[in-house]
Amino acid sequence: MDLDYTDEQKAFRQEVRSWLEKHVPGKPLPSFDASREGFEAHRAWERVLAEGRWGMVTWPESYGGRGLDLIQWLIFEEEYYRAGAPLRVNQNGIFLLGPTLMEYGTDEQKARFLTAMASGDEIWAQAWSEPQAGSDLASVRATAVLDGDEYVLKGHKIWSSRAVFADWAFGLFRTDPASQRHKGLSLIFFPLNAPGVRVQAIPQIDGETGFAEIFLDDVRVPVFNRLGGEGEGWNICMATAGFERGLMLRSPARFQVAARKLVELFSAHEAEIEPTVKAAVLQSWMDAEAYALSIYATASRLAAGGHIGAEASTNKIFWSEMDIAMHKAALSILGARAELLRTAPEAGDIGRWLDGYFFSLAGPIYAGSNEIQRNIIAERMLGLPRA
Amino acid sequence: MDFRFSEEQTMTADVVRELLNDVCQPADLRRLMGEGAARDEARWAKIVEMGLAGALVAEDKGGLGLSAIDFVQIAEACGYAGLPEPLVENAGVALPLLAAFSDNARAAALLERALAGDVTVTVAHPANPFVSDGDTAEAVLVVRDGAVHLVETAKSTLVAQASVDPFRRLFTVEFEPSDATLVAGADEAGVPLAAALDRGALFAAAQMQGIAQRCVDLGVAYAKERQQFGKPIGSYQAVKHHLATAQVKIEFARPVLHAAAAQLEQGDLYSRARISQAKLACTDAADVAARTSIQVHGAMGYSWEVDVHFFLKRGIALTNWWGGTAFHRERVAARVFARPLGPEHTFAREA
Repeated sequence: MDLDYTDEQKAFRQEVRSWLEKHVPGKPLPSFDASREGFEAHRAWERVLAEGRWGMVTWPESYGGRGLDLIQWLIFEEEYYRAGAPLRVNQNGIFLLGPTLMEYGTDEQKARFLTAMASGDEIWAQAWSEPQAGSDLASVRATAVLDGDEYVLKGHKIWSSRAVFADWAFGLFRTDPASQRHKGLSLIFFPLNAPGVRVQAIPQIDGETGFAEIFLDDVRVPVFNRLGGEGEGWNICMATAGFERGLMLRSPARFQVAARKLVELFSAHEAEIEPTVKAAVLQSWMDAEAYALSIYATASRLAAGGHIGAEASTNKIFWSEMDIAMHKAALSILGARAELLRTAPEAGDIGRWLDGYFFSLAGPIYAGSNEIQRNIIAERMLGLPRA
Repeated sequence: MDFRFSEEQTMTADVVRELLNDVCQPADLRRLMGEGAARDEARWAKIVEMGLAGALVAEDKGGLGLSAIDFVQIAEACGYAGLPEPLVENAGVALPLLAAFSDNARAAALLERALAGDVTVTVAHPANPFVSDGDTAEAVLVVRDGAVHLVETAKSTLVAQASVDPFRRLFTVEFEPSDATLVAGADEAGVPLAAALDRGALFAAAQMQGIAQRCVDLGVAYAKERQQFGKPIGSYQAVKHHLATAQVKIEFARPVLHAAAAQLEQGDLYSRARISQAKLACTDAADVAARTSIQVHGAMGYSWEVDVHFFLKRGIALTNWWGGTAFHRERVAARVFARPLGPEHTFAREA
């Protein structure tokens, strides 16, 4: 066990830091879920990242990356959050679909989709859920019927994050109409501007439109848009979900920076608040550290050839519950001012804690609800019988 | 940067795990309890034979010269087994402390016998109100006004303080301090005593981690067996989710514990905070896991017959051993409010 960075890793950190210092926008960008303007501002930032080849540092150079390892990815993320750089509008693409494409895609598919993904030219939405297929994702009803060298897509997807403004979406479709449950599903990509696609924004708890319904009415896409073999969609999809929950979706730096800000908030208001809040603040810091240490342990194991397993589920439970606790602590420090919206003259930058609190409430639900994650832990880690 | 144990570290811990699996099962604990004893001589002899007494003592002082990171998984195994004998306190804390005073002839002579496994030593540290295993130890290192005295147990007055844990032997110690008993003045004792506290807290945390996993494992085994409404209770989500929640606690205490072990030798504000964080996290995991296991066992869980209470009680004992919640939270606060925070400082050390 060696918990010191190598000279090379330290130099890499410096390189990332100085690039970010030069390029990170001085003012925070408007939310990518609230307006086309905010969305495009984030796309422009993705292009800046891509020009510096910082879009996805773990990807091969041929797809716009740097071919770096997971420890370097962690260092990059630490500097990224430290610099207060914009959230990644293309996270569905780069963190979820990208790694899966890398593993299951043909060379032609990789060339077609990865490069445009890394450059920000194509921003991705996910289209997992349907009205009747949420936690029970295997009951997907949307169909893809083969017609020559095209699939004809029909169905209704919902809770599709980024779908309001994104360019492409990926989702599960039943390619074998006689099939049941996990069998007969395929993972297929479709452009959100294709004829027959209708996107209906769903206002969220915070008023933004981060997710949407997608209605597909005889949408024609080439067979080329299917990732992996016909009927292999479920297994590929589980690999995607594992990666999402497991490692990349929520890098630890995000929470360590939030914990730092929480401590700063606490220190600024210490005299006015009750002593129990201090324990909650310290617990938040400790949890963020624990999550970081855990990811370093996982990254070290993966670097040595290991695979990610059910810890994808423990991670998801841990960070989502930590995120709520952190924001609750912040709101309790703010007291009566906690209810102020960003626009209130007295709010200052208080509003972001309220925004963050709302968003944290979604954490235990998206990317597979925490109830489902607990089932996975109980069955796959602890070996308890299925219901 | 490589957050993994070496093969050798894991192999050594595996050997201890296998031995304890053979000779320290709940049936063995019950037999010992029936005899009113806290030490199984045959088992202790096997542990002594492994030659781990000097694990953390430097090679030039006759030890193995290992570090906390080499010993942490062994301490976890001891917690998992509910080991009654003082392998952790003797090898993990007392002997490295004794070795720090080996310039003193009495300390050096005692160290030699302790490293050979002939005797054990225990510590009356200011962090703890009692001394453990005083009845079987040859001598106690006692702190008086910051100075360290080495006192043969035969020459001191030990008053037994019954513990909830049937295998802990706690005592208060009285003795006559003198130049003859003194091994280190307050000025030279400070650093070794601080190191002893760090080791004590770290290895108590490690035992808690083992206790937590054992409690979950006992609960899982029962939930697979026990049938209600025609199915194993472990197939019901209410039961699954309890156990999964406890396992999540364990999963996120583990990397803190292991980082704390790797950083212990730093002996600075950062490593002390990490050790305290580990003590808090592992204590929390053990608490949740023990209560979950009792709940999953239902009425059986409240019975003397089910083994969970051994681990519950060891957990209660270790919660405040080498510092309780308030003490360790303050050590974390000392780092949080005095040094830079953020992701680039995860592995920071004093320059």
